[in-house]
Amino acid sequence: MRELSLNVMDVAQNSITAGASLIEIRVEEDRKKGELVIYIIDNGKGMSEEQVQRVIDPFYTTRTTRKVGLGVPLFKMEAEMTGGDFSIQSKLGEGTQVRARFLTSHVDMIPLGNIDDTIVLLISCNPDRDFRFVHQVDGAKLELDTRQLREILGEDVPLNTPDVVQWIKGYLQEQMEELLQQGGAST
Amino acid sequence: MKSLAELQAIRDRARAQVSLRENSDNSIRVLVGMATCGIAAGARPVLTTMVDEVAKRQLNNVVVTQTGCIGICQFEPVVEVVTPDGEKTTYVKMTPEKALRVVNDHLVNGNVVTEYTIGANT
Repeated sequence: MRELSLNVMDVAQNSITAGASLIEIRVEEDRKKGELVIYIIDNGKGMSEEQVQRVIDPFYTTRTTRKVGLGVPLFKMEAEMTGGDFSIQSKLGEGTQVRARFLTSHVDMIPLGNIDDTIVLLISCNPDRDFRFVHQVDGAKLELDTRQLREILGEDVPLNTPDVVQWIKGYLQEQMEELLQQGGAST
Repeated sequence: MKSLAELQAIRDRARAQVSLRENSDNSIRVLVGMATCGIAAGARPVLTTMVDEVAKRQLNNVVVTQTGCIGICQFEPVVEVVTPDGEKTTYVKMTPEKALRVVNDHLVNGNVVTEYTIGANT
């Protein structure tokens, strides 16, 4: 993958398949430490210990069109390539947490890329799920919670209404600019 | 600044148009393959372009969504267009530029862009 944000999109798809109603995506950048940590946390059906062991195997997949499942193994490899680490915690019936830590100064570090596009598409293509997105850069952070948006929109205006999607896009863009200014000021 | 008040205004406008969207039987469905294979091949910018263009042109009868791997990974990014009559067109090796043309020619004017279809690329 050319951007880590594409891996996020891919791995979040597993949460959707697992029937999660709420998916939380956290991106935590610490520029002083040169560290980037990405979390994908869901309340889906979870996995048994045995399944958790198997998802990091590229020759394991639940789909039927192909015999390989590269999503999770790729993400793990990309984290480990930078000297970082990767973990999955899961409990049947409760959900799954994927965590990947990257050392940003490593030559094999893949850029985060456009994480906002990933979030906007996840929301607009899955209007029946809720997403919580937290992006932290050094001390500052931005947050977007579709449950909050849903409260304002009411039941009859779905989250994938084109104008709503464009609003979310603009909102994330503005918040990020502000965040970088704040974060930039503190370093 | 994007404010929550702005979102309320969007809600009120959307409510007024609800009747237009209700008719989902007449809607065109656009499915973009977003499994590992599709994403790695560049499906995200294709999907973003589709969503943006449909919003910009206010095509209320078009639903753009994602789908998984349909088993033709070597042709990704793949976009399927399903019209209300059940006719399915499969576009392969898509790019944002090609996506714009599919919106223009196929979704708006009803003309299949034959040169981008799987039939023309095998």
